[in-house]
Order: sequence, then structure tokens, then C-alpha cells
Amino acid sequence: MKEFANDEQELQVEKESFFDKKLQRRNFLQYAGVSAAGLALVAAGCKKDDNNFNAGVDLGSGDIGILNYAYALEQLEAAFYIQVVATPYSGMVAAELAAFTDIRDHEIAHREFLKTALGAKAIVGLDVDFSTINFTNRDSVLATAKAFEDLGVSAYNGAGYLIQSADYLTLAGKIVSVEGRHAAYIRDLISNGSFAGSDVVDAMGLDKSRTPSEVLAIAGTYIKTKINASNLPS
Amino acid sequence: MNLFNIIRDIETLDPEIADKMNPRRAALKSMTSFGSKVALSSLPFALGSFFNTAKAQSTSAVNDVLNFALTLEYLEAEFYVTGVAKSGLIPAGPALTAITKIRDDENAHVAFLKSVLGSAAVAKPTFDFTAGGAFADVFTNYATFLAVAQTFEDTGVRAYKGQAPALLGNKVYLTAALSIHSVEARHASHIRQMRKSTGQAPNIKPWITGANDTGVAAVAKSFAGEDNVTQGGVNITTLNGVGGKISTSAATEAFDEPLTKAAILEIVSPFIK
Repeated sequence: MKEFANDEQELQVEKESFFDKKLQRRNFLQYAGVSAAGLALVAAGCKKDDNNFNAGVDLGSGDIGILNYAYALEQLEAAFYIQVVATPYSGMVAAELAAFTDIRDHEIAHREFLKTALGAKAIVGLDVDFSTINFTNRDSVLATAKAFEDLGVSAYNGAGYLIQSADYLTLAGKIVSVEGRHAAYIRDLISNGSFAGSDVVDAMGLDKSRTPSEVLAIAGTYIKTKINASNLPS
Repeated sequence: MNLFNIIRDIETLDPEIADKMNPRRAALKSMTSFGSKVALSSLPFALGSFFNTAKAQSTSAVNDVLNFALTLEYLEAEFYVTGVAKSGLIPAGPALTAITKIRDDENAHVAFLKSVLGSAAVAKPTFDFTAGGAFADVFTNYATFLAVAQTFEDTGVRAYKGQAPALLGNKVYLTAALSIHSVEARHASHIRQMRKSTGQAPNIKPWITGANDTGVAAVAKSFAGEDNVTQGGVNITTLNGVGGKISTSAATEAFDEPLTKAAILEIVSPFIK
């Protein structure tokens, strides 16, 4: 009886010391290993079909998930600029039309590239909702363009570390700086000199970075299709 | 499957694994949140990817990247500090305001990187912004000043992009580097617009078209390879655009290209005494 109590006590001590981060390394490995297996078993017993919490277009997991996330954002941007160029706002000057046509083509290039790279793993084409945008009004279009470009920059900046493949990280880097160039141009159209305003670049000179859930919460206003980002790495 | 034995085997192969999984590095947190997402059948594969991402870069490898970045930021910061201080060089008004803003950002990058590196930070080199005479009037001729500024910004973007894989998976340092990278792109975009509006480069765009689109032959190395149209094995000009395929110009503009550390050092070495 006394021995049993001692065992209990020892177990208690072991637990406490584990949480005190003083556990011997082998014991830690055993503890961590068992936890992971246990959690995995629980997860295995809970199939996706069992609930509706994650309904919607599944972006997928790992690098595929991140690429689909980028593909979703590029779809949104491309659809927006296609509309901007098709129905120019009143007073759009030639230089602006030329720049918006360039930006449209860049976003289509990003969208089509990601779709091609993803192949069969690409998500479907998303339905957009631009009902809050007045495409005949310069201020409305520029404000939306600025929001999309700054959002895109923060999205790529925030998702970079989640990418496991160096090649995909480089590709994301090739795209994000072009989004940064777009953002600066559009901000300067709104107010010359606001290319790196304090609303996007902090006192340390760092641009914003946002998590996928933060980004999708903002982008969701413009995307009708429900997106399930629950399998993305975090 | 005996997870226990697998971990023990890995430990024999990789003695550092315990350090990588040390709770002080929040490995447990990442492992448990990770474990809830995977099914048992995929665990061996998933464990593999955990160890990959857990394999953090060594401190010296991270410091090498950060010191390389710091050297470039020293270059940019001193360039703008000197330019802004030179009376009569930059026209008062929007131009001076913009260059002053960029100067402040570059100074902030220097301060940020120095604070991260601490005592490991490299010292500021002595610079020669004439690059041995190639840009002799850099601080007396506004056009030359803007041309060099554009080269520094576009090259800076390429430098950070090229170093990103060296920080793969590193939440803190990769995110910081990317957050500087996009600010350099914003600067580059604005300087290009300044060169266009002053008539120094009437056809230049905020984005890079083809290779050297600056009109300045001496900076060609900074733009080598920017005319690439193939990304991840996909030729962008074969993709559908509006009313036809994506044009070659748009294909080059849509993707900025990285440069290796060696290529960047070759570009900036004429500016370092």
C-alpha cells in the first residue's frame, strides 16, 4: 500500500518535472512519442465527413494547401482587374489603363501558373462577389485595388515560413515582390508618396504579414464560394 | 508500428534530434497541434515532414544571411542619407519627401538587423557610391542619383529573394526577411515612377520588363535573368490571357527573379572600398 502510494507520488513528480521542462531526454522522447500516437489515433477516428464545420472548397494540406491558398487569392485579383479593364472608371487616363492592363495580365499569369503547377490538385474556379465595388468610380476601384494588393503582400509574407519546398518558396517570392510593386503604384495613384505608408510598413521598416485565416476573413467579403482552410499548415 | 523505436532509431542517427524536440523550443506544442491533424496510417510520412521542418538552420547560417542583408542595408541607408543631405540634389517637394521616406525605411532596416544580430553584426563598410568613377556625378546629378537608387532597390529585392531558401521554415527570420523584401519592392516601384515622371526613363514601368529596362548600360548585371519566362517548368507565354496568350513582356514582369549571394556581391563590390 505504501509502495503504491510512492509510485503515485513518483508519477506525480515525473509529471510535474515534465511540465517544469526538467525531464530527462529519453523520458521526454517517450512522453512526446506516446502523445503523438495517441492524438493521431483520436484524429483517425474522426473523419472529415462526420461534421459540417469544415464544409466548402478544401484548399488541402502542406505545400499543396499553400499553393491553393495563393491560387485562390490570385483568382480574386485577376477577376477584379479583368473587370476594371473591361469597364474603365470614368476619367481613367491612358497611362492608368495601360498600367491596369499590365497588372491584369500579371495576375492572370500568376493564376494560370498556379493552376498549371497544381494540376489535378488545383481547387475549382471561385465565384466572386464584387457587389460592394463601384467599377465606374475611380475612388472605389483604387481603394479596392490597394486593399487587394496590400492584402496579397501580407498573405505571401505570412505564409512563406509554412512552405516546405525551397522551390515553391522561391516562386512565392517571385510573385510577392511584384504584388509589392503593384501595391506601391496604386497607393501612389491614390496619394503620391504613400507607396510604403505607415499603415503597411511599421517603424522597423517591416511590411505586414498575415496568417491565412486573417487573410481569408478579409478576402471572404469578395468570394462567394466557401473556402475550407482548416487543413493548411500552421 | 512502434513509434518509440522509430524515435530511438532517429536519435541514434541524429543525436541532435532531442535538442530539436526540446520543449524549450516549443517542439511539444508544434508536435501536438500537428498530431491532431494526421491519421495514424500517414504518421510515418508525417513524422518525416515534422523532422524536416523542425530542422532549424544553425545560428551561424542564419547570421550569415542576416549579415549579408545588413551589408546591403548599410549601403542603401548611407546612400540615401548622403543624397538627402546634399543640398540642391533632390528637388524639394514630393521627390525629397519620397527619398527621405525611403532613407528612413533603410535606416530602420539597419537598426532592426543590428538589434537582431547583436554582437554578431558586421561593421559598416566604407562605401564609394561613384563605383570607382562609373557614377562620378552620383551626388551632383539627380538623374544619376535616381538611376543608382533604382539599381540598389531592384537589386535588393533580388538579394532577399535569393536568400529566402536559406531561411526555409523559419517563422521568425524568414518572415522578417520577407517583410523587408516587399518593402524594397515598394521602394523600387516608386523610384521607377520617379524616373519615368522626370523623363529620365520615359518608358520604364513600376515592374521590371525584360532584362535591363533602365536605359543605363552600366547596371545590366543587376537585371541579368529578369527576362526569364519559364517558372517551375511552365512557360508563362503558353498560358491563356485575355484575347490570346500572356505576352512575353507580361510574363517577365509578373515574376521577379532572385540572384545568388555571389552575383549580388559582384554587383555591389564596386561600391565598397
